[in-house]
Amino acid sequence: MISSSLVIAVSFLYLLVLFAVAWFGDKRAAEGRSIIASPWVYALSMAVYCTAWTYFGSVGRAANTGLWFLPIYLGPMLAMILAWIVLRKMIRIAKTYRITSIADFIASRYGKSRSLASLVTLITIVGILPYIALQLKAISSGYAMLTTPLGEPRQEIGLWLGDSTLYIALALAGFTIIFGTRHLDSTERHEGMVAAIAFESIVKLVAFLAVGLFVVYGVFNGMGDLFAQALANDQLKPLLMLGQGTQEFAYPQWFALIILAMLSVIFLPRQFQVMVVENVDERHLKRASWVFPLYLLLINIFVLPIALGGLLFFGQGAADPDYFVLSLPLAHGYEWLALFVFVGGLSAATGMVIVEAIAVSTMVCNDLVMPFLLRTERFGSRASGDLTGLLLMIRRVAILGILLLGYLYFRVAGEAYALVSIGLISFAAVAQFAPAMLGGMYWKVGNRQGALAGLLLGFALWIYTLLLPSLVKSGWLDAGLVTDGLLGLAWLKPEQLFGLQGLDNLTHALFWSLFANISAYVLVSLWTRPEAREASQALLFVDVFERTASTHPVFWQGRAKLSDLRNLTERFLGVDKAERLFTEYARRLGLAQTKDIPANAQLVQYVETQLAGAIGTGSARMMVASVVEEEQLDLDDVMRILEEASQLRAYSKALEEKSLSLEKATSELRAANEQLKSLDKLKDDFMSSVTHELRTPLTSIRAFTEMMLDDDEMDLEQRRQFLEIVVGEAERLGRLVNQVLDMAKIEAGHAEWHNSDVDIQSVVKQAINSISGMYLENGLSLNLHGEHEEIAPIRADPDRLMQVMLNLLSNAAKFVPHPGGIVDVYITDTTEGVTVGVQDNGKGIASNEQEQVFEKFRQAGEFSDRPQGTGLGLPISRQIVEHFGGRMWLESELGAGARFSFFLPRLKDAQQLERTEEESA
Amino acid sequence: MLRGMTSARLVALFLLGGALLNFPLLALWDKDLTIFGVPLFPAALFIIWAGLIASLAWLMEYDEH
Repeated sequence: MISSSLVIAVSFLYLLVLFAVAWFGDKRAAEGRSIIASPWVYALSMAVYCTAWTYFGSVGRAANTGLWFLPIYLGPMLAMILAWIVLRKMIRIAKTYRITSIADFIASRYGKSRSLASLVTLITIVGILPYIALQLKAISSGYAMLTTPLGEPRQEIGLWLGDSTLYIALALAGFTIIFGTRHLDSTERHEGMVAAIAFESIVKLVAFLAVGLFVVYGVFNGMGDLFAQALANDQLKPLLMLGQGTQEFAYPQWFALIILAMLSVIFLPRQFQVMVVENVDERHLKRASWVFPLYLLLINIFVLPIALGGLLFFGQGAADPDYFVLSLPLAHGYEWLALFVFVGGLSAATGMVIVEAIAVSTMVCNDLVMPFLLRTERFGSRASGDLTGLLLMIRRVAILGILLLGYLYFRVAGEAYALVSIGLISFAAVAQFAPAMLGGMYWKVGNRQGALAGLLLGFALWIYTLLLPSLVKSGWLDAGLVTDGLLGLAWLKPEQLFGLQGLDNLTHALFWSLFANISAYVLVSLWTRPEAREASQALLFVDVFERTASTHPVFWQGRAKLSDLRNLTERFLGVDKAERLFTEYARRLGLAQTKDIPANAQLVQYVETQLAGAIGTGSARMMVASVVEEEQLDLDDVMRILEEASQLRAYSKALEEKSLSLEKATSELRAANEQLKSLDKLKDDFMSSVTHELRTPLTSIRAFTEMMLDDDEMDLEQRRQFLEIVVGEAERLGRLVNQVLDMAKIEAGHAEWHNSDVDIQSVVKQAINSISGMYLENGLSLNLHGEHEEIAPIRADPDRLMQVMLNLLSNAAKFVPHPGGIVDVYITDTTEGVTVGVQDNGKGIASNEQEQVFEKFRQAGEFSDRPQGTGLGLPISRQIVEHFGGRMWLESELGAGARFSFFLPRLKDAQQLERTEEESA
Repeated sequence: MLRGMTSARLVALFLLGGALLNFPLLALWDKDLTIFGVPLFPAALFIIWAGLIASLAWLMEYDEH
């Protein structure tokens, strides 16, 4: 037992720490250095899902039903897999249209309907009260557990003013008011609160893991020991199995619980608040979507061990399993651990209450109170004066009211139920939002009447099949209602509606309410016509990812005055904030002064969106409509505006595409131009080379013939000598012309090829033989290496190959030193083909010039020491080799000689051969 | 196109998870066995859960970056 003053002091100290964290978070946010702009903090804030229900109730449920506590956490696991698809869209919609609550979301989607907003708010309040009651019950029971000596019965709860739970409720209300309603923000974001919630998530996880480790390793000797003892116990063993004893495993209920939790993790007001409204950056969702389920896994690991440990230690039925986490450390004398665990539980409960109360108070203010107030004379459109103070006051009162109503439910029905059952009632209530929300995000046909019908039917059935029985069981209503049915009609029994049997009460209620809800939503939507505003909102919501700010259609027509809109903004957001918003708007338009802003449809929409953040979409619509003259849009107008917008979008897209393709064409043209230029230069070079090469022999022919013509006295010997030179030069001229023609033929594909099966080795030998005379004359040596016995023939033109060989050999002879030059010829035969290499011991060719030698009229080396030659031999040789499907290349280093090689493949494939034949034809 | 692939993979993982955690696949683990002293049924549930988290983390962090 711990003294009550110590427990109260520690609790208040903890709340102070929380407040410090929140204060720090707000301060940093004001400085622009947010501490919550991280996916980790975002994920931790999502863990507000784990309330006192998780903290105390899961153990209680595990002690009674084994693994049945798990579906509540497996549902969120599955939901978070789809978070990147569904939640991201929700965040994008909420941010684009300044939506700050679920009620606002649904109302805005269905034509900014105020009736729908009010209905959703009412459902939320009624549905969430049991859940808040649960938190109060958990704190008060935990407190009683700590301060009552073990084994003694807990003190009777005092009457109203003597009941400590009332003070807990009041303290939490005060705390939430300080936290959540210190100032008005048009985006309803509370950085400090989120920081505090993330901090609380850490505290509750650490506390729960601490007690888990204590039970498993302090009380028992590890998991193995604990489970072995449990398995040995006939009463506990069924808890570890699927079917519990003789009972059939209730798959429908398991499935229903998973679905229920899946929907709740998104549609509970506090989850929507932290996941959607408080989201800093939608990319944080990427990491948070797996960190949050990981958090859930961690906080659930020790639930079953603690439940089994408690049952083994206390025996079944001796202690309340909901509070094993406190009673186990207490029973072992670990009072400080128990106190720490209590603080963890306090974290879980306060976190939930704070966020839930803030979220619901925003709804109450914007969607329930404001629409009525704004219709009155005093606050309506013609009234003036700053309303920000009023807005904050309404929210504060709403928070207090919600907590007091929660306390009321706790007094009325709280004692009869285990924690988990209370929570499930709330889950089933918020699940009713799913059809209207999800349908609204993905189905354009869904309309206001459908949503209204679905929500009303679903909510009514929820009350009848789930809430009423819970009140009956608490003894506040006649038990006959459940056992005999309404008015004694058996088919109206709340838990067996229309005679549906075989399901537990939760699955039964969930089935009927969701079935009726979805059916009504879909059928009514299909059979009624939406108004223009509903249709336009449907388009904006469903296609939110396809629109950018510039091509956003604005569904508004009419006349407005800048001053009216400005005044309206000042009334609801304050003068400073309005000034900032208008300056920012002017800056975006590139205007120097706010008075130059044109009062057009865009401005009306901007003001309405900003107001929506503060007073809800329905009220914002009403207020804006009251200060401008607007024309009623009909469906045709909506379609026309949409078409214009999409035309604009298509137009800008087409423009963009056009400019892209233009850019591409330009760069292609530039590249082509470059290529042409270099080709042109090449051609010029070619021409000048050709003329140069032609001129040299022509000059000498002319010189010698003129000399002979002029000198009649010239002796015969001299004349013969000159004529020999003339013949030689003429031959050279002829050779050059032949080569140029040859080259042109090959390039144009007009060359003649006489293919046959060629023995390459014999061609090489023939070439060596025919050129060896020239080598001998110049004192050079020429050797053949790697002679083969027989080389399988290759299909090619032997004369052309001869031409290649002679060219390579005569080239080599030109570049080796005279005398003393050595040229080696290598033949290598493989199954793929034959490689012939010609190695010389000349100066070699620098690597940057190696590719150039295969270009026409390009000869390696300085111009002055270029040997005689046409500069066409190598290009022609390469073309010939490539014609036979082979390749020619050069390996060389400066000072280490050069080696020209070519490879000719054996084209085994008949088709391949055919193709080359055809190409050559 | 690539974004579409991530979405399709997420939906596939969602369907797989839903199947693993419901009838009739759940009944596979209802056996009188233990893994390191932990009964098979709870151990299997937690292992499936951890597997889903790991797959989701892999998809969200490494897919198409």
